[in-house]
Amino acid sequence: MTTDVDLPTAVSRQFPSAAPRPSLDCPAFNVPAGEALALLQYLRDAQACDFLMDLTAIDGSAGQSPRFTVVWHLYSSTKHTYVRVAAPCATDAEPAMPTATRLWAGADWHEREVYDMFGIKFTGHPDLRRILMWDAYPYFPLRKEFPLAGLPTEMSDADINAETGVGVISAPMAGGPFVATPGEPMSAAEPRAKDEAWNEKKEKPE
Amino acid sequence: MAADFSFPDAAAKAATLPKEFDSEKMSLSMGPSHPSTHGVLRIQFELDGEMVTKADPVIGYLHRGDEKIAENMTYNQFVPYTDRLDYIAPLANNMAYAIAVERLAGLEVPARCQAIRVLTAEMARVSSHLMGLGAYGIDVGAWTVFMYCFEEREKLYKLFEELTGARFTTSYTRIGGLQRDVPAGWTRKVDAFCDQFLPILEEILSLLSRNKIFLDRTVDIGVISPADAVAYGLTGPNLRGSGVPNDLRKDRPYSGYGQYEFDVPVGSKGDCYDRYLCRGEEMKQSVRIIRQIVKNFPGGDWYAKDARKIFAPPKDKVLTSMEELINNFMIVTEGPQMPAGEVYFEAENPKGVLGFYIVSKGGGVPYRLKIRSPSFCNLSILPKLCVGHLVSDVVSILGSLDFVMGECDR
Repeated sequence: MTTDVDLPTAVSRQFPSAAPRPSLDCPAFNVPAGEALALLQYLRDAQACDFLMDLTAIDGSAGQSPRFTVVWHLYSSTKHTYVRVAAPCATDAEPAMPTATRLWAGADWHEREVYDMFGIKFTGHPDLRRILMWDAYPYFPLRKEFPLAGLPTEMSDADINAETGVGVISAPMAGGPFVATPGEPMSAAEPRAKDEAWNEKKEKPE
Repeated sequence: MAADFSFPDAAAKAATLPKEFDSEKMSLSMGPSHPSTHGVLRIQFELDGEMVTKADPVIGYLHRGDEKIAENMTYNQFVPYTDRLDYIAPLANNMAYAIAVERLAGLEVPARCQAIRVLTAEMARVSSHLMGLGAYGIDVGAWTVFMYCFEEREKLYKLFEELTGARFTTSYTRIGGLQRDVPAGWTRKVDAFCDQFLPILEEILSLLSRNKIFLDRTVDIGVISPADAVAYGLTGPNLRGSGVPNDLRKDRPYSGYGQYEFDVPVGSKGDCYDRYLCRGEEMKQSVRIIRQIVKNFPGGDWYAKDARKIFAPPKDKVLTSMEELINNFMIVTEGPQMPAGEVYFEAENPKGVLGFYIVSKGGGVPYRLKIRSPSFCNLSILPKLCVGHLVSDVVSILGSLDFVMGECDR
């Protein structure tokens, strides 16, 4: 606990490009995508952050650049402290990030999940497939433009589609009565199925 | 079978397997609806005879998009969804989520609230381990254990029902407090449960601990080395079974865990039997914690009184005072108001470490909420762990990992 104070200075000395990231709890850093792995390796080997607890991404929503940020949470089982590392993906259209699987074997499934949900490709990943959704699923559901109710799609098997003629349909009243999104006015949180993919004012997306 | 596990990777290990027959590989799909996969886990095996040469878990059958849902509702509205993560121990999930949001708000709840939360979380741990133990018994052929465990679990559920109004999906916490205070005389019943539970637990464990069949099915099966356990991000009894003494209740005490005396059991070998032993001992330690809380049950408030924009006022005040009515209306419609910022909080749940990473841009709705689920990480070691074992050993390994798919798939 006590050694935690000098971790930010040690990191900024070693990695001048790593800027402190606003955080309410543990030390956090923003690094360029190219240096993320080197910083993670430094934290693991020199700062005893032996656990990769969590790996996820944040979608800054369409129109913002850089749009996707990958976030790693490391935990030190000897110092009992966390470190957060965040790196923005270079391109917004085809986001990519180097894989951490050679540092932690457990990064494998985390990265597959981030790819599944956000479409961020992890370069060098040995087996980058979808993990929660099925392989042929066409969307990335945790991107901000993806509606809560879902979008109709085909099922994974073509023969089942042909036989039944039914695909996956969107949820009719997704979100419950009070659906709200950050930054929207009070009127947007009125009791109705707000997050439909289309309504009287919005075109049905193809 | 389990002589040497210091292999560089799964493929190299598969290459060194004894080749008794020069036959074709067979593929076998186990699950998603299979009694030993504890829910809707599916594993795609490649078998050489009865020996596993490749295992590919297929998950996501229970994916409900919880993280997407969280981005579209207020912080309090998401509490019922946390019940459905690890649905064997909803009270522990409720607590982990509530503390995560309170860290974001910079809110400290009173001692009584903390004690009730720890009490319920430890009872949830006992209930979860009982479930895991009973199901594990069935997996390896011991039906009696299951009946014993479920009887005890039922007693716990009666207590949960009296406290929260629900047996299973408790939704007990609120941001900044609880749904309600403990009913009169309830802690006495908890104490009475502990009194009768300990001898029964000894009896349950004695059915397995020196049981020849159980030992044959678990000892030296599914050995996880400490280095592997750390690399794959294993947590909970699965990590401690491998001898790594990590327990967030000790290492980073939250909700007042620092004031209770308890030990962290660790295994020595990291096989299925060690993980079973750890769970058995953890139940005893949980009972120890429960007894300490009941003995010195703190008085005072059970919710944060000063958090006027976060915790909804009592119903009688809402119906009689204009200001409280407005306050209640704002919390229900707009959600508890949070500052902008990022927090990551992890709690030591029965299955392992459950983490919530919350990105807030202010207001009553999270911008991004990531759930770090222990079952997801614990299962990610399966492709490496199953290789070289018989299919029947896989059943034993799955039972010893004690996962829950509601949490894995989210």
